[in-house]
Amino acid sequence: MAALINVPAKARRGEIIEIRTLTSHIMETGFRHTADGALVPRDIITNFTCRYNGAEIFRADLFPAIAANPYLSFFTVAKESGKFEFEWIGDNGYSSSASASITVE
Amino acid sequence: MPTTRRQFLNLAGSVSVAGTIPIVTLRPLEATPAMLSAAIRNVVGEAPVRTGKVKLDIPPLVENGNTVPMTVSVASPMTADDHVKSIHVFNEKNPQPNIGNFYLSPSSGRAQVSTRIRLADTQKVVAIARLSDDTFWQVATEIVVTLAACTEEMN
Repeated sequence: MAALINVPAKARRGEIIEIRTLTSHIMETGFRHTADGALVPRDIITNFTCRYNGAEIFRADLFPAIAANPYLSFFTVAKESGKFEFEWIGDNGYSSSASASITVE
Repeated sequence: MPTTRRQFLNLAGSVSVAGTIPIVTLRPLEATPAMLSAAIRNVVGEAPVRTGKVKLDIPPLVENGNTVPMTVSVASPMTADDHVKSIHVFNEKNPQPNIGNFYLSPSSGRAQVSTRIRLADTQKVVAIARLSDDTFWQVATEIVVTLAACTEEMN
């Protein structure tokens, strides 16, 4: 699944950096009806996790009140060069992941 | 003695005044709907929630409730001894009261989270932060929504 990740390529050690993520998902609320009255079943992303060199640095529980194509931005302290791993988990066995690397000087 | 018109009006007036009192007192004392307070209790338990420290950046007037940019930040040094453990965001009038739970740690550096949310109606949005000393701090903002989200018909 398509995901857009924005992590600075380089950072100074100890710098607070912003991480922005965007993934494509319908985030169907489960509260909508079709024109003939049938309820559209819920299909949302329920969990998001970000790991920095294997350690969890940010986690979120998402609900139907999160807009389609969930955008999340958060901060972390750049400690060492390495990899950020992102994981989205949702209804109907949905799972997608992405990663980004950073060089810390 | 036959009842005069004046006496009758006085009587009718007092009856109608008495009649309105129960209607007024039947209204809920707190404007917060039960679902919202239940969702908040679910997170904070019996702990008191104080107002302050938390800042909620969200447009006061929203044209399209389907995607509303929102930023929550908490005044915190984010050290090992004093940091924000989690941020919980709630709404008052969507079909369900939760918006998102965000879990932070001292390695976050800054207690700030942004996302985009849905709002089904003009309503109150509440953000609650849990600090490392297990105290809870909140902020509530009123938002006017002109085009609702969540429940519209699918085309």
